[in-house]
Parts: sequence; structure tokens; C-alpha cells
Amino acid sequence: MGQLVYIKDVVTLKLDREKCTGCGMCLLVCPHTVLSLTNGSAEIENRDACMECGACAQNCPADAVTVNAGVGCATAVINAALGREGGSCC
Amino acid sequence: MDKEKKDQSKLENQNLHIDDCCSKPSPLISIESICRPSEEKAQLSLPSLNQPFVVGSIQTPVGMVPQVSSSLIWKDHLGTFRARWGVGRMHYTIEPGLYALGQPDKDAPVLVTANYKMSFDCLREAMPVRDVWILVLDTKGINVWCAAGKGTFGTKELVGRIESSGLDQVVNHRRLILPQLAGPGVAAHQVKRLSGFKVVYGPIRATDVPAFLDAGLNAIPEMRCKTFTMWERVVLIPMELVGAFKPTLIILPILFLLGGFGGQEGFWANAFNYGLFAVLAFLSAIFAGAVLAPLLLPWLPGRAFSMKGLALGLVVGLILAVFRGGHLTDLSSRFEILAWIGIVPAVTAYLAMNFTGALAYGSDHALLPKDGELEKGCFFKTRTIF
Ligand code: SF4
Ligand code: SF4
Repeated sequence: MGQLVYIKDVVTLKLDREKCTGCGMCLLVCPHTVLSLTNGSAEIENRDACMECGACAQNCPADAVTVNAGVGCATAVINAALGREGGSCC
Repeated sequence: MDKEKKDQSKLENQNLHIDDCCSKPSPLISIESICRPSEEKAQLSLPSLNQPFVVGSIQTPVGMVPQVSSSLIWKDHLGTFRARWGVGRMHYTIEPGLYALGQPDKDAPVLVTANYKMSFDCLREAMPVRDVWILVLDTKGINVWCAAGKGTFGTKELVGRIESSGLDQVVNHRRLILPQLAGPGVAAHQVKRLSGFKVVYGPIRATDVPAFLDAGLNAIPEMRCKTFTMWERVVLIPMELVGAFKPTLIILPILFLLGGFGGQEGFWANAFNYGLFAVLAFLSAIFAGAVLAPLLLPWLPGRAFSMKGLALGLVVGLILAVFRGGHLTDLSSRFEILAWIGIVPAVTAYLAMNFTGALAYGSDHALLPKDGELEKGCFFKTRTIF
């Protein structure tokens, strides 16, 4: 099985190359090898593979990456659909 | 219980302190002197030596650190087994704090993990003949990945735990090895700023940790991306079955009795005709969703797990219909078959979708069982399942 990919072009991952110092931390923490480093700056290479876990944004010392991280699961999704409390389940 | 509460409030106090005065950029020295008045500095807490898996203790400047071994005893295995089957999984915790695996000295590496016992067990089991410190964070018994997503395996907890364990006195170096999947919760640069400890993200799987240590804390790319093997799916099946068990117990008798009111014959004859078929159909749906779906995952069509479940359910529904074919004599029987072709895929799809939760989506998302941990229903984006 290759890398699974989400629906195209809806990932909220953003990279501000102005701010990026090229430390490479985001590459390191990303479990989906979404980012790469070229010419001393990070780059979003595989945008659609991003699962929006937020690890890159959390660990960027320069605040150059932002992503809308969210936690969800079947129960949470159903709860949300029914307008119930308790968005997360674990 | 009381002790736990006390520990927790202590922790919150510490966190408060961090918030109060350490959030401004300030070098480590000032944190030490401003945030930690001398009397509070003495407030160290080590995990109790009185836990079943503790085999001894190690004398350190901060006191007796409980020592554990890399070989699990039958009780650990029983615990894992029970946890897999959903028995008391929510209380499968160990006391947070510093543990010693083997005979670590002042230069031994420090590994950080969650206080879900299965995480802890997998980590130590992966490291026979190693001498390391294991710093266990209080994640309320939740595995690393889920806890990181929720923030309980986070910067605050880590920094607080480093201090309450007196880690700076136990080791000479200032380096922590965290599971890579703690990334969403921990900001490495903040930890460095607040505690002076440098965070190194280790491999995703506990079993890769020794190789990671031997390679001078370098993870090869394969260690950074998770695959999802057949076996890793298989171990999740019991949990799925247990999840489906209770509703099934309620639904099956109802189906059976409803069948009794269905046809033209007497109540019991109907129950045995329609009711039993309904029971069979329902059980097939559960089997398909909880057992077949995980096993056949890579080969099922569709991206979302609910789609995969739906496809599988349709096949099962059709097989049931063929099986039932001989009875397709009257209109009501035909409706019955139609109903089941609708219901079976729905049940299967639901279970398959639930399973997604356990794995957090997809081949390389099998991030949850990575440390041998699993926590049902975590972390995957809403839009991936619909
Ligand atoms: S949000 Fe997670 S998956 Fe997406 S780029 Fe960042 S670390 Fe990678
Ligand atoms: S972590 Fe931030 S600063 Fe470092 S390479 Fe990535 S984007 Fe650039």
C-alpha cells in the first residue's frame, strides 16, 4: 500500500517561507513526510498526505507553519452531527 | 485515589507556576531561581516501589527510583490481554514519574512515554539488555498519540514531570528521547526553554528504539513513517468484537421475536423462519465489519473506511440473499431480503468506520498500535470517513 491521501486541496497546512529558518524540525516530526527542505527553507511537498496532526506547527520554533489541527473519531463525528456534547472520545 | 488527586493538584500547581512566571522568554537559570523557591524545589515525587512490575530500586541523588525489567511477567501479559479485550482498559495505568530499566547511570539516555501500561510495557520489552531511564508522563492512561492530540502528553506535563522527578540531578546530560508521535502535543523548543532539556524525537515504533540509540539517535526514514501490518490489524479485532457485543445482545432477541410476528404462520414457526434468518444476517454483518473488514482492509475498495465497510457489507448482504433465495416465494420475503441488503452493509460500514478510529486511518496511520498501544476512536479527520 502506498501513502494514503485525503481529499484533494482541502488541507489547511500553510507555510510562511519568510519566517522559516530551515531548522528542519517540522520534517522530523511529520509522520507523513509532507514537508521537505530545499535551499534552507521548508517546503510543502506532499500536501494531500497531510493529516493535520499539528506536530509541525507545534514544533516550529519560528512559527512558520500553521495548520488547523483537529481530533475526531467515529463517536465524535456522530456526536457532533447530533449536536451532542463531548467532541473527543479518548 | 486520594493520592492521585493530590499528585494531580500538585502538578497543576507546577503548571501554574510555569504559566505564571516562565512563559516569558527567560534562560533556565532564572526559572530555577524565580519559579522555584527553595522549599518547593524539595518537592520531588518518585513513583511508588510498591507496584507489581517493579523488580527493585536504584539509588539516585533524588531517592530510590523504581527499577523495572525488560522481560514481562505473566501478570503483564494478562493485563495486555485484558486490555485488548476491553476489560478495565480505562484503568490500565502506572504511576507517572521516573523509572529505571536495567542499571542506568548518570549518562544513560532518558526515554519518555505515557502512563498507559501497554505503552510502558512495549517500550521496556523492546529493550532487553539496555540501561535507560524511562520518564512516564501522566496521560491519564491514554497512549502517546491520543494523549498528544489532546495535549495531555504535552509541553506542560513534560516540563512539570522533569522537575518533579529531579531529572536534572539524576542525569548529567540534558537530552530526552520522545516518541515521534508525541509531536502534536510537545513543542520541543519550549521544553528546551523551560527545562533546559533538549527533545529528540525518536522512532515511531518502540521496537526501533534500540537501533535508534545505536545509530547515535538517528532515525532512518522507515522509522519515521508507520506501516500497518496484518498482525497489527489482527490484534485490534477483539476490541471491535467487544464493542459490538453489548448492542448485539440486546438486538438479537428482538430480531428473533420480531420475526415471530412477521409471517403468516404461527408465532414460533415464524420466529424460527424469519427471526433466525434475521439473527444470522445480523451476526454476519458484525463478523464482516469487525473481523473481515480489518483483515481485508488493503484490498477493499474506497478510501474512507465507511466505504470499505459498505462494499464488504453489500457483498455479505448479497451472499445472504442468495442463501435465502429458496424462500423468495411471496412479497414479504422479498421485502425482507431487500431490507437486509440495506441493513447489513449499514452495520458493517458502521463497524468498519469505528475501526478507523482505532487505527486512525489508513496504512501509515496505524499510529496507534505503534507502541503496541491502542485507544479506540482517536484522531483522524472528520472528512476522511465520510
Ligand atoms: S500537520 Fe502533521 S501530517 Fe501535516 S504536515 Fe504537519 S506534521 Fe505532517
Ligand atoms: S520547523 Fe519551522 S523554521 Fe524549522 S524548517 Fe520547519 S518551517 Fe522552517
